[in-house]
Order: sequence, then structure tokens, then C-alpha cells
Amino acid sequence: MMPTSTENQGINYGAILVISIAVGVDIFFSVLMAHWSYSWFPVQASSAAPYVDSLFSLETGIGTFIFLGCTGVMAWVILFNRAPKYDEVNGDPIEGNIKLEIVWTVIPLLLVLAIAAYSINVNNTLSTLGPKQKYRVGDNPAALVSMDPKSTVGPIEVIARQWSWEFVYPDGVRSSELHLPVDQRVNFRLISEDVLHSFYVPAFRLKQDIVPGSVISYSLTPTREGRYRLRDAMFSGAYFSQNQTDVIVESEKSFADWLDLSAKQPLQPGLDPSQPLYQRRLAKGDKGWATVPPSPPPLVNDPGNPSAPHEA
Amino acid sequence: MSISNYDARILKAPHPVPGAPDNWKRFFSFNTDAKVIGIQYIVTSLFFLLVGGLLAMVIRGELITPPADLVDPTVYNGLYTMHGTVMLFLFLFPILNGFNNLLIPTMIGAPDMAFPKLNAAAFWLVPVFAIVLMASFFVPGGPASSGWWSYPPMSLQNPLGRFFNGEMLWITAVALSGISSIFGAINFVTTIIRMRAPGMGFFRMPIFIWTAWAAQTIQLLGLPALTGGAIMLLFDLSFGTTFFRPEGGGDPVLFQHFFWFYSHPAVYVLILPIFGIFSELFPVYARKPLFGYKVVALASFGITVLSLIVWVHHMFYSGTPQWMRNVFMLTTMLIAVPTGIKVFAWIATLWRGKIRLTTPMLFCLGGLFNFIFAGITGVMLATVPIDVHVGNTYFVVAHFHYVIFNTIGFGVFAGIYHWFPKFTGRMYYEGLGKIHFVLTFIGATLNFLPLHWAGLLGMPRRVASYDPEFAIWNVIASLGAFILGVASIPFILNMISSWARGPKAPPNPWKAIGLEWLLPSPPPAENFEDDIPTVINGPYGYGLGKPLVDDEEFYIRRANEA
Repeated sequence: MMPTSTENQGINYGAILVISIAVGVDIFFSVLMAHWSYSWFPVQASSAAPYVDSLFSLETGIGTFIFLGCTGVMAWVILFNRAPKYDEVNGDPIEGNIKLEIVWTVIPLLLVLAIAAYSINVNNTLSTLGPKQKYRVGDNPAALVSMDPKSTVGPIEVIARQWSWEFVYPDGVRSSELHLPVDQRVNFRLISEDVLHSFYVPAFRLKQDIVPGSVISYSLTPTREGRYRLRDAMFSGAYFSQNQTDVIVESEKSFADWLDLSAKQPLQPGLDPSQPLYQRRLAKGDKGWATVPPSPPPLVNDPGNPSAPHEA
Repeated sequence: MSISNYDARILKAPHPVPGAPDNWKRFFSFNTDAKVIGIQYIVTSLFFLLVGGLLAMVIRGELITPPADLVDPTVYNGLYTMHGTVMLFLFLFPILNGFNNLLIPTMIGAPDMAFPKLNAAAFWLVPVFAIVLMASFFVPGGPASSGWWSYPPMSLQNPLGRFFNGEMLWITAVALSGISSIFGAINFVTTIIRMRAPGMGFFRMPIFIWTAWAAQTIQLLGLPALTGGAIMLLFDLSFGTTFFRPEGGGDPVLFQHFFWFYSHPAVYVLILPIFGIFSELFPVYARKPLFGYKVVALASFGITVLSLIVWVHHMFYSGTPQWMRNVFMLTTMLIAVPTGIKVFAWIATLWRGKIRLTTPMLFCLGGLFNFIFAGITGVMLATVPIDVHVGNTYFVVAHFHYVIFNTIGFGVFAGIYHWFPKFTGRMYYEGLGKIHFVLTFIGATLNFLPLHWAGLLGMPRRVASYDPEFAIWNVIASLGAFILGVASIPFILNMISSWARGPKAPPNPWKAIGLEWLLPSPPPAENFEDDIPTVINGPYGYGLGKPLVDDEEFYIRRANEA
């Protein structure tokens, strides 16, 4: 990708050698970075994660190649094309090169078209997002969206509030932490009662906003047992950063046992992570800038265990 | 001091002009000279760079440890909202309008802007909405605290229920900023189309003019959408309408469309003039013609057109249907093509040049280095499956700051140093400039590079506290932010002392080609006055031995004598 001014002087073997070595080094580091990039993510815990990580790795590889290629030329120029002090002469008056310009238009075009085509394919394979249905306040949002036909578990209602999470399972069990059986496609109905929130589980590599006034059908397949963090990823006000809970992916049997056990538990206040901070603020004389008070904690069968360590 | 030795025109002028007694007063008046307005814009926005930077220091101070322990979370939310708002609406947009004012008339050989009074009105709206915005710190309940996107319904919650609240003042300020920008855009576009010197056809315009034109076209097409959205938001907040309130049948997602229809292209409004600055400076400091001038010029409008059809990539996980995600992924990725053309053209311009590493060139090279990186993470973010993971995390914050500070900010500094001698008539101190560059490059890299990894691990943006696994990246970022704060000291020192007592600048200290370099430093009120040059060649004739204008010797002599 460098203009050489040796076109009319026969073949410059020295230049070809230098460029070949540079491209070889560039490819070496690009492959290295592409492999290394897998270690930058949390564990892969859903069927989406391998796709996301490999797409990212691919783009890291291509990106590293372009970045090192461009900055390598810049470094070369800075090292070897410096004007000596008091040297006022001009460089080679090269005004352009049509062939080169076509090359660096067409290659990026083909690259992004290929990445886009592959990503569309991934989108269709995962097909996480189901229909989004608006509803009027007072209607029962759950009745508006039918179960995703490909899912075997659910629909689990995910209710987001300022600032707590509540999960309602098909048999009526309610919890503050999300329990899911491994290797089964789960369907959710995402509902918000106040402002925008986002259902984000980094270990799943998946995120979906929750829009008040709409109920959104969303499906995913967890693939690894463990305890992962579920974070609200759409800014939702004062205690936004507290609005987190855990997802527990477990075997089908432990999931069924947990459902049975929880069904026998009485309803009790669930996790309400912002309440202690809000109470502390009130105790200090309600100083700070204005906020709406946290909504009351949801009443759930299993309030979960906020002190359990999460894997990712 | 007698005033008899001044030109009669100066004494008759209705306002103070350069060379006249009480010369400094013109910067505090409703002056219609574009060069005065340009400096008014730049000085005002550099002040707000300090304000926004100070807010950033508090943010990074809070985030240096995982728990929310420095300020209350509500205060944190207000501070980060105001940080974004100040940096965009009171630093970047005004400073680039400052460059437009200084450079458009001088580069095209016009005596002034097409609408000088509109121009001054556009500037004086800046302090007005700045005061409105700053006043919101002092109203009960504090300033707006729903982020610079101000997404409803959160932005409509108005916890204290008062009519005058931070959010209301914020929307008012943003709407006024929009009006100011529309005034500016009308002026810049008209001036570029109608007031070029004889012989300056479109393909003899400097690239900065092309990019300013492409950017201001976006302002004209996009700003009405944002302003309309902001007015509906204000009505929802203050007058009981329900455009975006679900309980009244409104749709919160509709606002996101209004907002991003303008606010994504807005980033191109900011970066296009920086592409212009890069395209001006690389030829000067590599002493070579710009590689592929025509394609670089046209690529600017390629970016303008594409920028208007990519906005939904901010809403890939807002419930946007799959087919729309696919379409907007494709359009977003296509922007890499015209942008890539520019990047490769700059690198080809450097190739086999005679590189001079002055402060402006260092900032250009640093900005280009950072921009290549930002472009790569930009394509990653356009990829729907990746965006669904890293969207709304620190990966976006990192990418965005790589664009907005590490590229646009660097370009702004490059432009300030490069044209400082022209418009102040004084040379800056090269040593302080280089210290400023080194500190800025180290600080910016430490600040924004680590945040990519925090985002890949799943740290949401806008949090006041976070899980301990993200701590290491945040500690490094905070250290970088504090170095950036220190970097402002040599810059301020350099600007003030150079302007006050720097060595007198010759008309063309860089041996640059361009109409502005044929003017005295600083240029007189009406630039070329009655002798407007006739342009006979393209703008980057380094080493081609072709004069830029007819009778070039006359202009060089006159500038030297002034």
C-alpha cells in the first residue's frame, strides 16, 4: 500500500524484500492479536458468546493488520524522511495515483461487505429478538406476546424497576436472581414499570433494552453452568450502578428442584440494592441532587444471595 | 498617544479594529469582523474545555475506586451529564466555529462572512446558553442528570416537581445552541458558495473549506430534527404533553430517533473540519502536495451523505427489528470506505516527504495514529453481534473518546498552533508546545486505551460504582486523566505568554501555500481589501513550482511590508 517511485527503473528487489518482511511481521502480529483477543472477554456462557468472540477476533486480526500497516509507514516516514534542519527543499511532488486509490477504495469496501454479510448470518442464527408489542397502562402485558416457538423454557417475565430486578416463572414462582437451566433455549418477556433499562449479561454477550409501554419477547440459550452478573446497561437514574443481580445457570434437575423448593417459600421482600444507599442519604439529611425514591422491593419467593461471588 | 497617525478608515469604523487604540475591547463587543469572532469563539471554548476537564477530573476521581465514595451518585450523574454537554456544546462546536470564522474568509479570499451580523449573533448566543447551562448547577435539585442523550422517560421524571429545574434549563440551552449553530451554518455555507476569490473553482478550494462545507451541510439537514425533538421533550417535561411518555400513548424510543438522527452526524460535523486540518497540515509539514486531492475533497461529501443514514446503530438493542439492524450495520460500515480513502491519502502524502516535526505536525501525527485505532473499533461497534455485547459499556466510552478527544482534540490543538502566528501576529514557543504534545499523548492514551478492556469485560458506561474486577483499568484511566489535566498547564502558559510577548510572526512562518499565508500576520480587518487575488492553481502545489495566485510577488511583498 505504499507508493514507490521506482516504476520506471526496473524491479527494485531491495524494496520488494523490505515490504515482504514488513507484511510478514504485520501478519504475524495480527494473528497473535486475534488469538490473544479471546482472553479479553468473560467466560462464554451462552450460544451467542462463541460467535461474538470469534467475530471480534476476526476484526481484531484485520484491524491489527491495518493499524500496524498504517502506523508502520508513519514510523518509517518519521524515522527516515525527516527534513534536516534549515533544509527548505520540497519532497517528491506526487499528486496521486489512480491505481492505488482504486485499490484502497475497493479492498475496504469488500472487507466491510464481507464482515456485514457474515454478521447478518450470525444475527439470523441467534435470532434472539422476538416481537415487540406496545400495551396500554392497565393491560396485562404478559398476555400480549405469545411464547417464542423455538424455546423450551419460559416465558419468564423480567420486570425491571428503579432499581431492582424481579423474575416471574411460568408456574408463578418469583425471584430476585434469575435461575436458568443449561443448554435450553429460554424465552423472556421484558417489561419495565418506570424508565428504560437494559437486560445485560456480559457472560452471555447479550443485551436488550427494556422499554416502558412495550413488552419485548427475547430468547437465548445458556451453555455453561455458573453464577454470572446481570447488569442494567441503560442509564436509569440515581442508583443505576446498583441495579444488578445474578444469573444462575444450573443443570435441568437443580433448576427443577429450585423451582419446587421456591414454590413452597412464602413471599418476602427481594433484593433491593439501592435502598441502603438511599436510607444512608436520608440519614445524612437528603443531601445531593434530586432523585426519585427507589421503588419498594419486589415480593419474591427467593430473595437470593447477594454476597455469593459471581464468575463474570 | 496621538491617534492622528491612524488610517482614516479605522477612525471612522463603528467599533475598535486591530491597530487602533483600545484594540482589546473589540473582543468584548458585538464585533462583526470574522477574525474577531473567531478568536471570541476559540477563547470562550478553551475556557469551557477547562470547565469540562475539571468535571472529568471529578468523574475519574470517583471512578479510581470501585465504590461510590467521592460524591453522592446523584451528584456523579449530574457531573457526567454536564461534562458531556459542556465538552460538546461549549467546547467542540464553538471552537470549530472559531476555526470556520478565522479560516473560511481568509482561505477563500473574502473580506468577511456573507452575513456578519448573523455571525456575531451566532457567537453571542454561546455565552447566553452557557450562562443558562451553568445556572442549572444552582437551581434546587441540581443540573440535568440523565446523560447528554437525555432519554425519556428518565429525563422527564423531575423529582422535585418544580417548573425551573436542571433538565428544563438543559433543554433550553441545547435548543439555543442549535439555533446558534443553524445561524452559523447558513453563514458558512453561503460564504463558501458565493464569496470565493476569482479563479477559485470548487476544485481549487483548500480541503478545509470542503470539509467545513460538508460539515455545515449536516448542520442544516440534521439540526432541525434534534431541535424539534428537544422542543417536544420540553413540552413533555413542562407542559404536560405525552409525545414520549408511554402512559399517555407516547413512545420513548421515538425520541431516540430524533436525537440520533442529528447526534450521530454531529460527530461528523466535528470530525470533518479536523480532516480538513489534517489535509492542510500534512502537505505543509511534509512539503508535498496532498495525495489524491479531488478524491479527498469528494470523500467529504460521501461522509456527509452516509452520516445521515446511520443513526439507528445507536439503537441496535432498543428493540429495533432485525432487518433494520442489518441495513444500518451495512450503512455504518460503508463510512469506513470514504474515511479510509482520507487516511490512506494522508499517509501517502507523508511518504517520501520532508517531514518537519513541529508542534502542529506532532499533534496531526498523534491524531492520525489515534484515529486509525478509533476507526477500527468503530467498525467493531458497527458489527451488530459485537455491539449487542459492548454497546453501552466502557468500550463505547473508550471508542468515543478516541474519536472526540484523541482525534478531534488533537486536530484542534494542531490547528491552534499552526494558525496561531497568522491570527495573533506572534510565534508560540516550540518547546512548551512539544511538552504539551507529549503530556497530552501519554495522558490521553493512558486514559482511554484501558477503558476498551473494561468494556469488553462488561463494565456498563455511566456507572458511579462498579464491581472490583474492573478496578485495574479504571486506576490506569484515572492516572491518565490527571496527566491530561497537567498537560493543560504548558498549553495555557504558551498561549498567554506567546500572545502577550512572543516574537513577532512573519506573514508565512511555515512556508505554507494558501491565500491566508499571503496576508499580513495578523490580517487587516477586510483581509485583501481592494486587491482580491485571482487564484490560478490548486491549493497544494508544494514542489510543483506553480504560483497560487496571479502576481504572487505583489501579495508577498505587501504582506511583508505591513
